[in-house]
Amino acid sequence: MILMTLSSQAVGAQGEVRKPALARFLRPALGLIVPVGIAVAWELSVRLGLSSGRLVPPPSVILSTCADLAATGELQRHAAVTLMRVAAGFGLGVVFGTLIGAMTGYSGLMHRLIDPTLQGLRAIPSIAWVPLFILWFGIFEASKIILIALGVFFPVYLGVMGAVLSVDRKIVEVGRVFRLSGPAMVRRILLPAVMPAYVISLRAGLGLGWMFVVAAEFMGASEGLGFLLTDGQQLGKPAQIVAAIVTFALLGKLSDWIIAAAAAPFLRWEDAFARR
Amino acid sequence: MLILDEVSKTYPNGVRALEDVSLQVAAGELLVIIGGSGCGKSTLLRAASGLDTPTEGRVLLDGMLIREPHERIGILFQEPRLLPWLRVAANVGFGLEGRPKAERAQRVAFAIERVGLADKAGVWPRELSGGQAQRVAIARALVTRPSVLLLDEPFSALDAFTRAELQDHLLDLWDEARPILVLVTHDIEEALVLGSRIAIMRSHPGRIAGVINVPLPRPRDRLSPAFEEQKRRVLKLLDSTLHRQPGKAPLHDFQI
Repeated sequence: MILMTLSSQAVGAQGEVRKPALARFLRPALGLIVPVGIAVAWELSVRLGLSSGRLVPPPSVILSTCADLAATGELQRHAAVTLMRVAAGFGLGVVFGTLIGAMTGYSGLMHRLIDPTLQGLRAIPSIAWVPLFILWFGIFEASKIILIALGVFFPVYLGVMGAVLSVDRKIVEVGRVFRLSGPAMVRRILLPAVMPAYVISLRAGLGLGWMFVVAAEFMGASEGLGFLLTDGQQLGKPAQIVAAIVTFALLGKLSDWIIAAAAAPFLRWEDAFARR
Repeated sequence: MLILDEVSKTYPNGVRALEDVSLQVAAGELLVIIGGSGCGKSTLLRAASGLDTPTEGRVLLDGMLIREPHERIGILFQEPRLLPWLRVAANVGFGLEGRPKAERAQRVAFAIERVGLADKAGVWPRELSGGQAQRVAIARALVTRPSVLLLDEPFSALDAFTRAELQDHLLDLWDEARPILVLVTHDIEEALVLGSRIAIMRSHPGRIAGVINVPLPRPRDRLSPAFEEQKRRVLKLLDSTLHRQPGKAPLHDFQI
């Protein structure tokens, strides 16, 4: 019995006990049961004639629609356009959110000067800006990217500011004891200290970026996954709508995973509840 | 020689935390400052470290005016204050950045070895016990070879067993380089185990009520009758400072 336990638990280099291979594979698989079960049930009920599946197409129809769209290159083209918009808007929002958030977190004067205005602006539902943005920046890329950037800006701004404000004074004092210069204090104490909260705010910002790209593409676009949605609605092609939604889900999850994976090496020190 | 010259500290809210504190600590000396909570002993240590500046008076180390943290002054806080994103070795070497890599690695390895944690060099702070974490903090403070080490109740958060162990350990480390050591505590036994002199503080405002020598040979036996006798003596002195009306008694009424 003891031998079995020992052999099934390989001890990692850092002394962290690795889970047995089977459990590592099975645990994530648990999450698949519900969606796969629903898909199979719906497919069966359409095949058995219990439903026409016209408005809610079964998985096989969605898959073939995806395959058709992909075969003509349509899906890739629309996905690429949407991806570019999200990337540009996310990049802008992150740059400004990080810079201004760091400033208002670090300096009390900047906080009193800027934060009330930004909090006021935050109270406006971002979609409300759409008509104004179209007047200001036209109906093409600029207005879309700025709307996405605005959506990304606020969670990043709030996350960075809150993280800087909550850096432990006692840890900062360690930096003072070792006489760190301003830049060294930022690099060696503040940056690593805000890292966990920053990653969370980036992921929240990215989620809003995907949300706002749809809004932006609804407001008039001839390309993009959002266009596929409105096009599918106008032409009565529910399978195309679902295909676009599935693509959104995949791209959203993938981009989120990339951020999480890129940040993971910097967060290995965390003493978190979720470390199980 | 570390000199506190009529150091006073008034906080912005008007609280008078320290009044005219003068102390001289010679090289190789081990001074313990003892007093109840809120008597200003931490304020005093922070002023001596340069983390805070006194409202009046000066802190001098070998003639240099100390107004901000200095490379020759190491500090150990009540909490280990390790940086959670650095492994033990990187934490210990935190104050050595800018030095050649080989020298840094060698000094870090030596310091970790000396606090008995050679096998923990690669682990994260979260994996350490409280006593181990404080050992790492000691190694981090000593690795830069300071000529003064200031300790602010460094063992008060530890259990009695670990505390006694770390006190002995600190004495061993002190014996190697003999830096000036100033330790603040509210624990009489700790004061008597460590101190070559003990300064007794009185509160409101914080001031030195007296300084006594500890005439006990090292290593000190915590259970010996002589130790007990000294304990009673310090207790008595602390007691008399507690019951005295503030402002009425002369300041240095028992200098030995």
